[in-house]
Formats: sequence, structure tokens, C-alpha cells
Amino acid sequence: MTKADATPVLELTGIGKEFGAIRALHDVDLQVFPGEVVGLMGDNGAGKSTLVKIIAGNFRPSHGEIRFAGSAVHFNRPVDARAVGIEVVYQDLALSDNLTAAANVFLGRELKRRFGPIALLDHKSMAARALELFGELRSETRPDDLVKQMSGGQRQAVAIARTRLSNARLVMMDEPTAAISVRQVEQVLGLIHRLKEQGVAVMLISHRMPDVFAVCDRVVVMRRGEKRADKPIHETSPEEVTALITGAKEAA
Amino acid sequence: MAMPMESPITFSNVGKIRWWQRGIFASQTGYVLLALAVLLVIMHFASPYFFTEGNMQNVAKNFSFIAIATLGVTFVIITGGIDLSVGSMMCFSAMITSMVMTELSTPGGLGASLFVHMAADGKTVLANVPGLILLVSILAGLGVALIAGLVNGFCIAVLGLSPFVTTLGMLSIVRGLGYVVSNGRGSFPGGPDADYFYALTSGDVLGVPVPFIYLMILALTMAVVLHHTSFGRHVFALGGNEKAAELTGIPVVRVKIEVYVICALAAGLQGIIISGWLGSAPANMATSYELNVIAAAVIGGANLAGGIGGPLGAIVGCVLLEVIRNGLVLAQVSSYWQQTLVGVIIILAVLVDRIRSRMT
Ligand SMILES: Nc1ncnc2c1ncn2[C@@H]1O[C@H](COP(=O)(O)OP(=O)(O)O)[C@@H](O)[C@H]1O
Ligand SMILES: [Mg+2]
Repeated sequence: MTKADATPVLELTGIGKEFGAIRALHDVDLQVFPGEVVGLMGDNGAGKSTLVKIIAGNFRPSHGEIRFAGSAVHFNRPVDARAVGIEVVYQDLALSDNLTAAANVFLGRELKRRFGPIALLDHKSMAARALELFGELRSETRPDDLVKQMSGGQRQAVAIARTRLSNARLVMMDEPTAAISVRQVEQVLGLIHRLKEQGVAVMLISHRMPDVFAVCDRVVVMRRGEKRADKPIHETSPEEVTALITGAKEAA
Repeated sequence: MAMPMESPITFSNVGKIRWWQRGIFASQTGYVLLALAVLLVIMHFASPYFFTEGNMQNVAKNFSFIAIATLGVTFVIITGGIDLSVGSMMCFSAMITSMVMTELSTPGGLGASLFVHMAADGKTVLANVPGLILLVSILAGLGVALIAGLVNGFCIAVLGLSPFVTTLGMLSIVRGLGYVVSNGRGSFPGGPDADYFYALTSGDVLGVPVPFIYLMILALTMAVVLHHTSFGRHVFALGGNEKAAELTGIPVVRVKIEVYVICALAAGLQGIIISGWLGSAPANMATSYELNVIAAAVIGGANLAGGIGGPLGAIVGCVLLEVIRNGLVLAQVSSYWQQTLVGVIIILAVLVDRIRSRMT
């Protein structure tokens, strides 16, 4: 898929955000296309989390416009963003250890069967659907196993499977590979490939250069609240990105 | 967006969790149940009187007297909260129930004209269907529990106060109100419906004490609610990871308020049943019962850190406590030792669980 013939799934124009006197973001333009994996890099305080939170509906931007799949959107709460198809995979936060994988995937949107006035959980359908989703993600995860007993990679699969329930069109992942082993990092990167294959746009926030260069089509570098670079991955190098992050190189 | 179905997953490097490593077999409830079975066998050989019908009825009745409240507090404990006000709540609901019953049955009493009137010969006559007074008074007793539960839930879920402090306050408030409304004297069930009241609280059906029947019905209902409804699932999710529960869009505030209301209602019902057996609701009734109730829940496997617990564990905890108490009585051991032993068992149960979870 080339960029020219597609509408961007996400289009930011002139996004700015002030917290009192602090200017966290200034005039950020960004486009993300279906099936594209964009790496978002930058030093601490560069504004990455603020940008993600604006897209996910946690904050309203002070300036600028967000267009999603071609139309302008205004999110007041995270549910609004989820409703149009934006999902965030939070690193550790969004799984309940004491529940099974299937229960976590369907948490808050359980499938039910009605028996007269009462609605009971449809365990079978949820397990079957969860198994299907894990299959799509090629993750060896059993729906009925407790999340407590799972590896970091499997936990990521559960978190990512959640996003597949709602047919998300943009998935943002906050540091998904920060606290897991090398083998599990590979699994997570594999999961990102699966999302991409299915036409989902992915924004990967990471400090790990190898991961970004392994899966991303494009890398965006933020510094002091501004976008300093936005390049296809094969037109740049880890050295250049490092220089942009640290400020040794101003822009590219 | 069409999603291609992949070939079924193979589980090459992920071992299946064996049956004895999951569910009840891997839980504190499981081995406390085992300990209970061993204890029952020991009791059988130690005292020929233990397994007689009379003693079994006694045991069944006694543990039912705290088990319903234990079911309620288990809901709260699963969400990671605690409710210290259950003992006071038992007393207050029981007291309100018998006060309303007596008041409505006394001609000239507040609102009594709707229910009774004085006949020409000076006898009190029911103006209504029999049992209506009982129904109204029980609803009144549960009504005050509902209000207390709502207040607990509001303070904890909406105002963000700690469950420990909030319910400690409620313990005192409700106990104090009990003294206020009865002038410290407590109250007695009375009037034409009192006989129904005793039948419904301390009677038996085919030799089975009614409190035990209520307990079984409520425990089964609780099992269904916890494991087969989305409310139950959200209760567990809240205890497992509250932040996650919130991010996934679970109505955290509502679920929290609901569990405190359930707990207060269970305690209120428990108190009403106890007062039927006692024949009165003294102002110091069920003092410090919250300790027995929470101890039973914890011994049965509910985790005070949240996320784990269920009706079976609650009942097993209550039975274990009662069998030990009964055993000590049969062995003519001073009842003062009972409390000491309960404390030892709480610590042992939690300790064994800790050791077990280290090993796996
Ligand atoms: N809620 C907030 N209130 C005030 N300042 C904030 C808030 N969130 C972020 N900031 C500020 O915005 C800037 C960008 O932060 P952030 O987006 O978290 O950076 P990053 O995620 O790239 O490390 C920082 O200077 C930070 O202190
Ligand atoms: Mg950040």
C-alpha cells in the first residue's frame, strides 16, 4: 500500500498542548496510514505520552485538529476514542491477574446469554472467540489459563487481543517491550506484524532502537514538544535517530 | 474488515496447567476443606456424641448464624475492601425489625392503625392479612441496612475514603444508633406476627434448621452471581487490578457501592435471624462479630488483598470455626481457649497459603 492512494486513518494538524506555563506540545502535524507501523521516539519529557493521551481522549488539545478516518473528531473521554476505533495497550496496567485470559479479553464487554430476566456469561463463546484471536496473533495462549501464570509475551498478546475485539483501526502501544525478555520481545514484535497484516495502524512508543528498526515503517522523533523528524525507516539510521533524540542534530 | 482464520494454534512450548494445579485444588479453600475433613474424622473418634443428630443440628444452626454475614463480607473482601460494621449492622437491623413489629402491633402505636385495631372487648385484632406486619418490619430492618451500606459505599467509592476507616466509623455510628433508639435496652419481637417470626428464623423444616436452608440458597445464588454474571466478573476484576478495571470501562464506583450494600443487607438479614433465635435484640447483640465473620472469610480463603474468595470458602471457614468451638465444648475445654485458637488458625491458614504459593 502506498501512501498516496490512501486516506490517513489519523491526521493531526497543528496540535499544541499547554499545561499552565508548560508547553508540552507545539504545532505537531502527523499522519498515520492504515497498516502502517509508526515508531514514536524521544527523550523523557519530549511530549510522547501527552501526544498519545490526546489521541486516546485523556486530554483535549489546546490547539489544532484531529481527524480520524477523514472526519474531524473531538474526544472528551477515553471511551469516545475507543468508540471510533482507537485502542491503547497499556504496559502492565490493564490486565487483572486473577482472571483468565478470556475473561481479560472480554472485560467490560462480556458476551452474555439471556435466560428470561437474567443474563449469564457465555463462557463458551468468549473462550472460543479468545482462542480465535490468539490464533490470529499466533500466540500460544490458552483462554482458560490465569493471566497470573503467563509470560510477559502472552500477557501482551492478551492486551493486544482486547484491541481486536472492537475492530480497532489504530492501536497505540506504550513501551510494550520495556520489561520483558528477549524471546518475548520477539513475540510482541510478531504481534505488531499481525496487526499490520490486518490493516491496523500501529503507533509504537519505545526507547528501544532495535525494536523500532525491526518493525516500524516510519519513525517520528519528538524533542521539547516538537516533531523534529518524520522519516521512512530505510532513509534513516539508528545513529541519526539518536542524534535527533539527544539534540545533537536539530532536525531531519 | 475480514480477518483470515489462521490454522489452529499448537501449544508446543506452553505446558497445560494440570487439574490439580488449578481451581479449588490449588486454593486455600481446598486445603482448608481437607483440614476440616480430617478434623471431622478426629472429632468422630474423640467424641461419640459429635456425630449425633442433635449435635449436628446444633453445629449447622450455629455456623449458619455467622455464615450469611460471611457471604456478604466476602463480596467486599474480593474487591479488596473490608467491612468492619457487620456486627453493629446485625444488631441494628434486628433491633429495628422487632421495634417496628412491636410498634405496628400496639394499638395507638405509630402507624399501627393501618395494621391493628382494638376490639370492643379490649383485645387487639388484626386489621389486615396475617404476616403483613412481619413483612413490613423485616423490610424496615433491611432498609436501614441498605442505607448504611449506601453510605459506606458512597464514602469509599465516591469520596475515596479508606474502607477500613469508613466502616470503623460506621461500626460505631450504627451501634450508637442502636443504643439511642432503644434507650440502651434493646427490643423484643412482639405482636400477633411474632410466632411467624420465630418460625421463620429459628424453626426447622424436616429437622433442618431454617437458617441453614437460607444459607444454602444464598450461597448458591452467590456462586452463580460471582462466576456467571458480568457483575461477579467485575467484582473479581476490581480486586485483581482496580486501575485496569477502570481503564477497561468497568463502572468501578457502581460495583463498589453495590458490594457494600450487599454486605450490609447480608449482615442485616443475619442479625434478624439471630434475634429470632435469641427472642430479643439486645443493644449489645453481635458485639465484635465482625471479627468472627472476617476471620471465617479469611480462613476459608478470601484474600484481604482482593481478587480471591467465594461462597464455598466462606462456609468452610464458618464450619471450621464452629466445629472447633463445638469440639472444645465437648472436650470440656474452657471457652476462653476458643478465641485464642481462632487467632492461631487464622494465622496458620494464611501461612500455609503463603508457603504453598511460594512452592508453585
Ligand atoms: N498532566 C500534566 N500536567 C503538567 N505538565 C505535564 C502533564 N503531563 C505532561 N506534562 C509535561 O509535559 C511535558 C511532556 O511530557 P510527556 O508527554 O510525559 O513526555 P514523554 O512521554 O515524552 O516523556 C513534560 O515537560 C511534562 O512535565
Ligand atoms: Mg512518557
